[in-house]
Amino acid sequence: MYKAEVNVTLRPAILDVQGKTVEHALHSLGFNSVGHVRIGKHITLEIEAASLEEAQKIARQVSEQVLSNPVMEDVAVTVHEVIAEEAGA
Amino acid sequence: MKIGVVVFPGSNCDHDAYYVLRHELGVEAVFLFHKEHDLQGVDAIVLPGGFSYGDYLRCGAIARFSPIMTEVIKFAQSGGPVLGICNGFQILCEAGLLPGALLRNRGLRFISKHVGIRVVNNRTIFTGDLESGAVLRIPIAHGEGNYHADPDVLAELNAEGRVVFQYCDDHGNVTDEANPNGSQFNIAGIVNAKGNVLGMMPHPERACSPLLGSSDGLGIFRSLAHSLEIVAA
Repeated sequence: MYKAEVNVTLRPAILDVQGKTVEHALHSLGFNSVGHVRIGKHITLEIEAASLEEAQKIARQVSEQVLSNPVMEDVAVTVHEVIAEEAGA
Repeated sequence: MKIGVVVFPGSNCDHDAYYVLRHELGVEAVFLFHKEHDLQGVDAIVLPGGFSYGDYLRCGAIARFSPIMTEVIKFAQSGGPVLGICNGFQILCEAGLLPGALLRNRGLRFISKHVGIRVVNNRTIFTGDLESGAVLRIPIAHGEGNYHADPDVLAELNAEGRVVFQYCDDHGNVTDEANPNGSQFNIAGIVNAKGNVLGMMPHPERACSPLLGSSDGLGIFRSLAHSLEIVAA
């Protein structure tokens, strides 16, 4: 089995109003060294696949077709194999 | 001849749209359930406002993959009229029937109030009964209505007259102060290249009776009905 981690972020050209608001809040708390706050989504998936390549292909498909919208978002996908837990665990 | 109103789990303007069609216009209206594949022979489809599937992931992202949408997409691609209101507009963008996307409002807040929208293009099947340049008072109610598209898409929309409604002040001036959510070019509604799919964030179905404070939205439904020639005498 494989586990995929998907990071969805607003494209750099798009004003991230949520990130801006958090950035303002951080500044008003005195964290003036902090800037360029961007907020995204972190999604984890488990995938049953015969090989790492197949798992990566599935992960990319779901990430590009469903989990992100290319008009406004970028998506980064990493996949790694999960060693099955011992029986009964 | 009849008009279908799609019902997703979380739709909350479906009955308003149905009411306007049936009781204000006297048109035959039917509900189309999200799990169905049967469009019941309708001549036009309304994707109503609401929070389909809780708007989880992204607004409209899950609704776009529901069974009925397979048929709605085919219907739209073959030239059938589709009107998407608010969440319906978001679903049309997610489905790729309209370009662009609706982002979080510029001020981060959910906004529910009457706004002015200017009729920029009255040569569509949805605006034929309206005067070009007219100002409609119609409510908005959304948290993600900030229209965004790439510069080349925006240029194309403008060049082809596909921006149908723009947020404006009481006198029809399209200003930044009159822009409630930060939409590019104050865009409140657009049509596709063929002109048979309209998406708009304001809620015309909530402005179809003097009792509701405005009847300005009725002209949009009437235009559509006229274009289908199904208005009751």
